[in-house]
Amino acid sequence: MKLMLHVAPGIVRQPLIASVILETNALVNIERASIDAVSGEIVLEVPVEKSQEVMDAFERRGVKVVPLENPVIRDENECVHCGGCVSICPTGTFRFEDWRVVADSGKCIQCGACIVACPQRALNLVTK
Amino acid sequence: MLEEESPTSFYRIAYFHKLVQEKSLSEINERIRDGSARVVTAEEMPDIVDELGPAGAVREVDVVTTGTFGAMCSSGVFLNLGHSDPPIKISKALLNRVEAYGGIAAVDLFLGATQPSEDRGNEYGGAHVMEDLISGKQIEVEAFGAGTDCYPQMELETSLRLEDFNQAMMVNPRNAYQRYNAATNSSDRSMHTYMGTLLPRFGNIHYCGAGILSPLSNDPNYDYIGVGTRIFLAGAQGYVMGSGTQHNPQNHFGTLMVTGDMKKMNNRFLRAATFHKYGPSLYLGIGIPIPILNERLARSTAVRDKDITVPVMDYGIARRDRPSLKMVSYEDLKSGMVEINGKEILTSSLSSFYMAREVARTLKEQVEKGEFLLSSAVEPLSRLGSSRPMKQTKESPNVGDVMSRDMVSVCEDIDIKEAASLIVSGLFDHLPVVSRDGRLTGIITAWDISKAVASGKSSRIGDIMTRRVYCVKSDEPIELAARTFDTHSISAMPVVDRDNKVIGMITSNHLSRLLARRR
Ligand code: SF4
Ligand code: SF4
Repeated sequence: MKLMLHVAPGIVRQPLIASVILETNALVNIERASIDAVSGEIVLEVPVEKSQEVMDAFERRGVKVVPLENPVIRDENECVHCGGCVSICPTGTFRFEDWRVVADSGKCIQCGACIVACPQRALNLVTK
Repeated sequence: MLEEESPTSFYRIAYFHKLVQEKSLSEINERIRDGSARVVTAEEMPDIVDELGPAGAVREVDVVTTGTFGAMCSSGVFLNLGHSDPPIKISKALLNRVEAYGGIAAVDLFLGATQPSEDRGNEYGGAHVMEDLISGKQIEVEAFGAGTDCYPQMELETSLRLEDFNQAMMVNPRNAYQRYNAATNSSDRSMHTYMGTLLPRFGNIHYCGAGILSPLSNDPNYDYIGVGTRIFLAGAQGYVMGSGTQHNPQNHFGTLMVTGDMKKMNNRFLRAATFHKYGPSLYLGIGIPIPILNERLARSTAVRDKDITVPVMDYGIARRDRPSLKMVSYEDLKSGMVEINGKEILTSSLSSFYMAREVARTLKEQVEKGEFLLSSAVEPLSRLGSSRPMKQTKESPNVGDVMSRDMVSVCEDIDIKEAASLIVSGLFDHLPVVSRDGRLTGIITAWDISKAVASGKSSRIGDIMTRRVYCVKSDEPIELAARTFDTHSISAMPVVDRDNKVIGMITSNHLSRLLARRR
């Protein structure tokens, strides 16, 4: 499953991910990271059975962790199934199924590309 | 294919077919009225013709319904507000802060779909006002008058709903393209276009149009569709006014000018949209029922996606004549993947085939129920069109006309000191870096040099230069250079020839000087 980490200014320069991997032995995949001078936002993919342990380990280090259960949501009344979101998503969240556009929102890493690409403004990121 | 015929042979054949025509339009309308007409969608027709042959299909099928649903930027609505007291001759009007054209009489306005709003910019525009009106919402009107003896009122504000307008007639100069070029992007940055987000380095292909369901592709010879043809326009019954602007039938890029009463439209088939960094647009559903009067129409409505081809254009080249990379069919495009130069590229649409189907099916139901009758054209659509480029009488200069040829470029292996002294003695604070044979490999600025000196890390130019250089060609218009300066916040670029050899420099100063001279 995917976890969104919000890393606060004070600790952003510490090797947080490395130390959590060493501690939990979890196979972690970094899907996206945007880090600047003041803070950071990192999306990780972790095995479901290790997710609680990994979350605890990060929280002990002062990192706020939000599981991304439904990272992107679509307003069904707005969507016209045009396909403007299909080929631009880096993780292949959207696909055509008999010309309806269906979403597998678990694949989303919240990069934001589809939000502006959707001409109907039907997509939104869920940020908790 | 009959599509390839010249206009004269078209009339000969049309005339010939009139003699052998197997059904008349009034016969078909009779059947529609008594509920016995056999109606299929253009998606079902090819298999029927394959199975029964064209003659059998004429006997079996009365009407084929088509449909398309996509962005139709060239759309708008005439609104009549009625007269105020005291009366006003509106010269400018804002509807929810979107400007509508007021230069027609006193209280007639024309609201265009792509007009952005004054307060919310591209996120809300003419198309959104239309969708709000059709959804029953109230809009805020601000009108500014010319102030004449007969129309003394100078300014007024009011709130109106769709029913408060005397008329709301949609008139769209160019809709329902027969087919449309697909788009991709060779450049190294993402482009936000009216063809959606085009990823860099051929990252994706976007296409528009309903292919097999497209109205004009099902009647490419305009045997039935003509001036006055009754159509499904966003849920209302509208009409074809004639061929649309940029109608180009010789190349199978026909278009329609259409009209319909907005008060009867349905917001399921009219949706406001915004293309990121392009602006507002309108998604519209249009459908045309085609009567199967003869074998020729049976054959043309049996068209499949694989028969309709379009070029894939490179939008990475910001010129009118974009290079075409490959001819592909709608079948290729709809497969989700197209190969170009050995690379497999993901394709997806920007128009909605799902909604195009809904249009064709809704229309089919309406014809079956006897609610939608077919009409014969008063005049055929023009078989010749014009989609020439703009005649530009004030030709703007090319980069080569304004650039400085007087510049120095350097090789990668000179050291920082040398580069610094060249910058100090030269005209520009940018130095293009070139290979032995003069081809552009990087750029170095006064800032790069100061940084390198401060950190004391390297003294070779090759180590500190920027390798990703923006440049222009000398035969490109200066507007392109200006746009590159603007998008990348830079102030100078090397100018190269076709072989990527540096032949000059252009700076934002060149452009400002040029503008100052023009004034
Ligand atoms: S781009 Fe928007 S409207 Fe089009 S299919 Fe995706 S979510 Fe739906
Ligand atoms: S934000 Fe949109 S484009 Fe980005 S990963 Fe999620 S679904 Fe895909």
